[in-house]
Amino acid sequence: MSTLPALLDAVLVVSLVLLGISAVLVVVRLLRGPTGLDRLVALDVLVAEFLCGLVAYAALTGDSALVPVVVAISLVGFLGSTTVARFVRRGTDR
Amino acid sequence: MSPGSREGLAVTLDAIGTVAIVAGVLLTLVASIGLLSLPDVLSRMHAATKPQVVGLLLVVIGGALHLRTSVDVWMLVLVGAFQLVTAPVTAHVVGRLAHRGDGVRRDLLYVDELVDTRDGADPGPDRPEPDEPDVEDPDVPAPRGGWTEGS
Repeated sequence: MSTLPALLDAVLVVSLVLLGISAVLVVVRLLRGPTGLDRLVALDVLVAEFLCGLVAYAALTGDSALVPVVVAISLVGFLGSTTVARFVRRGTDR
Repeated sequence: MSPGSREGLAVTLDAIGTVAIVAGVLLTLVASIGLLSLPDVLSRMHAATKPQVVGLLLVVIGGALHLRTSVDVWMLVLVGAFQLVTAPVTAHVVGRLAHRGDGVRRDLLYVDELVDTRDGADPGPDRPEPDEPDVEDPDVPAPRGGWTEGS
């Protein structure tokens, strides 16, 4: 029973590494495009993965100082992606 | 409650939370691979909803089980509720723009029920545009600009 918390911490570190790998994959899609909407979807996923990483880090350290940051980023990410989607238009979406 | 059972409860909640976080992270990884390999905007949106809704909800549940403070739990509930409300709005706007623009591989669609509502877009090969009477060869669709990647 005493080794279980250490194992859980190791699993959380591994999941943070997996989040980093998936963020790299999403950044590849963000750079390749080809349209602005692809980049917009990739940015949304990147924001969601960043939120997941923050929550996982807070769970790993037990430090709850990052939780308001998670709330703020979720709101700002929604406003940003919706605003950008208003300005991505057909023909000019490169 | 004795100290030993309280310790056991804490470890059990940590374990359940870790399992939820790992499930969310695995969904996120699968969705990222799908985002990289799927062919057009609509199918990439299909992949993108996994980390946005299910993955983030699982991770938030796991984080709430780890932190276990009243303020943190309610803030994480707020994050999950915001994500549930805002993800469909963004998906609606992006999907509408993709259907009007060149974000859809029309040759991959079985049914395009919104084909009549597209304004000014290139119609499919079986549906010639009404104000364009000189269609000599319907087997050769008009060059549809914009789709560059052949994946």
